[in-house]
Amino acid sequence: MTELSHIRNFSIVAHIDHGKSTLADRLIQVTGTVAARDMKAQLLDTMDIERERGITIKANTVRLEYRAQDGELYILNLIDTPGHVDFGYEVSRSMRAVEGSLLVVDASQGVEAQTLANVYQALDAGHEIVPVLNKIDLPAAEPDRIRQQIEDVIGLDASDAVMISAKSGLGVPDVLEAIVTRLPAPSGDRNAPLKAMLVDSWYDTYLGVVVMVRVIDGVLKKGDRVRMMQTGALYGVEKLAVLKPAMVDIAELGPGEIGVLTASIKQVRDTRVGDTITHERKPCTTPLAGFKPAQQVVFCGLFPVDSAEFEPLRDAIERLALNDASFSYEMETSAALGFGFRCGFLGLLHLEVIRDRLEREYDIDLITTAPSVVYHLHMKDGEMRELHNPADMTDLTYVDHIEEPRIKATILVPDEYLGDVLKLCQDRRGVQLDLSYAGSRAMVVYDLPLNEVVFDFYDRLKSVTKGYASFDYAMIGYQEDFLVKMQILVNDEPVDALSMMVHRDRADMRGRAMCEKLKDLIPRHMFKIPIQAAIGGRVIARETIAAMRKDVTAKCYGGDVTRKKKLLEKQKAGKKKMRQFGKVEIPQQAFINALKMDN
Amino acid sequence: MTKAALPDWQNGGFGLYIHWPFCAAKCPYCDFNSHVVATIDQPAWQAAYLSEIDRIGAETQGRVLQSVFFGGGTPSLMQPDLIAAVIERIRATWPMVNDPEITLEANPTSVEAGRFRGFQQAGVTRISMGLQALNDTDLRKLGRMHSAAEGRAAFDIARATFERVSFDLIYARQDQSLKDWRAELSHALTMAVDHLSLYQLTIEDGTAFGARHAAGGLKGLPDDDLSADLYALTQDLTGAAGMPAYEISNHARAGAQSRHNLVYWRAGDYAGIGPGAHGRLTLDGQRWATETPRAPFEWLKQVSISGDGEIARQLVPQAEQAAEYLMMSLRLSEGLDLARYHALSGVALDPRACARLAEMGMVTQSAERLMATQNGRMVLNSVVRDLLPDPT
Repeated sequence: MTELSHIRNFSIVAHIDHGKSTLADRLIQVTGTVAARDMKAQLLDTMDIERERGITIKANTVRLEYRAQDGELYILNLIDTPGHVDFGYEVSRSMRAVEGSLLVVDASQGVEAQTLANVYQALDAGHEIVPVLNKIDLPAAEPDRIRQQIEDVIGLDASDAVMISAKSGLGVPDVLEAIVTRLPAPSGDRNAPLKAMLVDSWYDTYLGVVVMVRVIDGVLKKGDRVRMMQTGALYGVEKLAVLKPAMVDIAELGPGEIGVLTASIKQVRDTRVGDTITHERKPCTTPLAGFKPAQQVVFCGLFPVDSAEFEPLRDAIERLALNDASFSYEMETSAALGFGFRCGFLGLLHLEVIRDRLEREYDIDLITTAPSVVYHLHMKDGEMRELHNPADMTDLTYVDHIEEPRIKATILVPDEYLGDVLKLCQDRRGVQLDLSYAGSRAMVVYDLPLNEVVFDFYDRLKSVTKGYASFDYAMIGYQEDFLVKMQILVNDEPVDALSMMVHRDRADMRGRAMCEKLKDLIPRHMFKIPIQAAIGGRVIARETIAAMRKDVTAKCYGGDVTRKKKLLEKQKAGKKKMRQFGKVEIPQQAFINALKMDN
Repeated sequence: MTKAALPDWQNGGFGLYIHWPFCAAKCPYCDFNSHVVATIDQPAWQAAYLSEIDRIGAETQGRVLQSVFFGGGTPSLMQPDLIAAVIERIRATWPMVNDPEITLEANPTSVEAGRFRGFQQAGVTRISMGLQALNDTDLRKLGRMHSAAEGRAAFDIARATFERVSFDLIYARQDQSLKDWRAELSHALTMAVDHLSLYQLTIEDGTAFGARHAAGGLKGLPDDDLSADLYALTQDLTGAAGMPAYEISNHARAGAQSRHNLVYWRAGDYAGIGPGAHGRLTLDGQRWATETPRAPFEWLKQVSISGDGEIARQLVPQAEQAAEYLMMSLRLSEGLDLARYHALSGVALDPRACARLAEMGMVTQSAERLMATQNGRMVLNSVVRDLLPDPT
């Protein structure tokens, strides 16, 4: 039990590569939380994918003990939050669990769109924010300019920003001191009924589901009977610990403290981020505000390349779901691709992360169909149906109108690329909401249809701005538009996995692009193959793959028999991996590449 | 005796392949087992060849040998004495057909042309000459060490010395147009004696060209469409000149086909002697794939120490024999014997696949045989993949 005045809870807000994980590592090191010999880079990012991509997907926490210059010992709880818009809700919960933030900005790169979104989250959560300029030892560092930028763009006084180099350790003690002196202590009532926030949860092979909690009021002890107020479920607390970052058992957690518990919870799915944990016997009266169930906004089909891998895929998805409650899945059958799953994700990055984990951790080759958003079909009888899969599109005669989700996109871009970015947003049916300048960069705010963004918006943005733009978005609601289902026919056979919902005005362009792309991706066959895009019965684009004219081994004598025969048999076996549509074989890579639209 | 009662290999005959692994220089497109060395101990090689002939001869006693092929490398670098000794031992080992075909691959340089008389006296009956191109620019690009004029002179000596002379040309070269090839091939057809091998340039991994191509070099190679047009032109010109293709890349006047190579394409038995040589031998009702070490001195050492130049023989199950027969026989204009295939494989060729390919104009079928059409031969790998049984 620590006095409230000696606790500081904080998170770190930073753009990818601006040094969040390095700073976290340094803080752990300087406070002696982890012995030097046990240090490895990015201690808090535990998944391979997190380390590789330099992103944080799951919230994580570490408890640091720090003797400040005033001679007192402080408990500092760092919650490492997910840094991506897809996990916006998780971020907002993590933010509510702490009282302050370090805003880490690269002293040469400056503020990025993603930083902005997270800063706003922090401000929404009422945080005190300490700006930290990182990488000030680099020759390209311009601390004065970046300080000014922080003031201009975010409206935050950066005159007393802490100047550091997380890499070399320069200035790190100043950061610790700033946490103690400039961030507020938590408040809370030890004698009130227990009120704790479920910040995150994950599956541990040995312990089962581990729940991260922040105690607001009351005291949580090992052995307590607790209730999750949103799900109503009751559990007995079996283990209570703090993370340093390894688990260290603790008898109780009082107000302001952050720790983890286990309680024989079977699945992560049984826990809800943002839920309120209270005692069974003496419960608090009102749950914490702001709870939302996870909402999937992007859907796609995941199919095994080898249909024999359907069962392993089912096992893998179920096991992944144990540890990630935020994606949904249901079985799907495709005429083209056989058995698979229709899965819903929080966003595109989330989709990629899950797909990567299935392929890597479970070694299953997947075909991913075109990502789709959730459309609202308003039927003539007044019913509203959600459409997750273009293949399920109903007969238009029963549909009154279709609505699609729209987002507010914020893009920060150096002004030499501004024209390209505006053109991209206009091409994607965007409506400009705002355009302002911060130094040499423009901040562009657009209202965009999500279905244009899930397509390949991010790739295009990166390519037209040579990677200098940063991008973030938030859902703003549904709006009616002229949406149609476009089908792709290969050799007159519809390929359901390639059908998509598009805006009528964009259909011709998308259809042409898709046909051209498939023309290059589907290998020549012994006969010519027409590829068509069609809306209903009307063909809007067409290409033809010419017949293959040459595929023969010039020389084949006695010494070549074994090798050439093996080669042909291997190729024949390889064809089994392709999908057969009527007489046409389509390689898996064609599906993957057809759905990317980079010109 | 009916055909079905014969051991299958007898449908294709029995030939002997002798591999000489040395070249004066390695050509950039060649992926054959060839090596360049400073000196060659010809007596040691002679001893090894003779020892191997004795060994294989003992296993195949009583068979009638229809052909011998000295391939390489560059076997025209062998001393005529060595060739004579080998042929003499072969004749002492197997009975031979009345008019045996004994072919030697030759490079068209003056050095080798000087030995042609000696080869003929040693018993060689046919020369297969690697002219490759008839103009100096392309010969240089192909890394050949002879000029067009030198090649022509060597060819004339060969023609004066041997009754049967074939030569090879490589086409579908860098920057070669249809017009260029029409002129060159027309000229070649005026030179041709009875047989021509016309190969499209293939970029093989593990060759100098392969590396250059992978690194983005070798510009101006024809795309598939131009390659197909070049192939079609080749068929037109050779057909009109009375030398139609009897195999994908081989053309002959009637009766002048390479009998040795027919053994391969008709899936007969052949013994392979020399480094890296492959063989197919049917012994006691079972068919074996034989192979030898590729490295010349490893083979030589193994033969001299153990008296056996082979590495472990592999049994070729009937289903694989059928697949080999399918792949090889469809290269020939005479095509595949359906009953023979059925007997080997245990099941007939998939009639639906045959019908589909026939509908596309890739094959024609009679009651007895399946033949690839000219269009089918141009995409034969695809045709064979369609006809191969599904992998289990």
